[in-house]
Amino acid sequence: MRLILIGLVAGFFSALFGVGGGIVIVPLLLLVARWEIRSATATSLAAIGITAIAGVAAYLFHHDVQADYAALLGVPAAAGAVGGAALQQRVNTRVLSLAFAALLVGIAVDLLVK
Amino acid sequence: MTYALAVVLGVVAGVLSGLFGVGGGILFVPTLTWLGLTQLHAEATSLLAIIPTVAVGVWRQQGYGNVRWRGAAIVGISAAAAAVGGAQLAQIVPESLLRRLFAVVLLATAAQIAWRSRKRP
Repeated sequence: MRLILIGLVAGFFSALFGVGGGIVIVPLLLLVARWEIRSATATSLAAIGITAIAGVAAYLFHHDVQADYAALLGVPAAAGAVGGAALQQRVNTRVLSLAFAALLVGIAVDLLVK
Repeated sequence: MTYALAVVLGVVAGVLSGLFGVGGGILFVPTLTWLGLTQLHAEATSLLAIIPTVAVGVWRQQGYGNVRWRGAAIVGISAAAAAVGGAQLAQIVPESLLRRLFAVVLLATAAQIAWRSRKRP
């Protein structure tokens, strides 16, 4: 039940503000569901995958997706994700939490100055 | 040169994705608009770029034993459903005020995460 609410809040706000679901899902899994950060981030990735597939299907219908540009960024990013996930296992969870908090601050500042 | 930088930004987005559980759209969308796409095309294309990124991220995280599939399915499906409502509301409410409020919520959330990690190592 709590997870459904988390999903609803994440989907609603990410669509409303044009931000990714992850910056909403991860904090909610941490603070509301009380998951530890590695499960929260890993599960957030899987949830984003489901949401992105649904979103792309809607956009493909309107012909707004440019597959060549998606590959230009998505393929290097997939390689980067291997490194990011490996790095995450080596960083202690406190440092990881603080770094995530710093990322949120960066995004908040970006939203404020936009 | 432009494309080389785009590839580098792609790799950085992927590292952030694997490290923090975000999709990478934070960097994809500005990179795509910088490459000349409109905001709409950039957001749509970003969603497609997110799919290989999170697929590989999930595959690696699965190997580390961190993925909870049931939770992911529940959160992902309800998020996809709620996104429809959010997208519609985005067209009728004054965006700048809401965006500032959301930024403040994010700052408070960051503070709470930092505070908790201080108390519980």
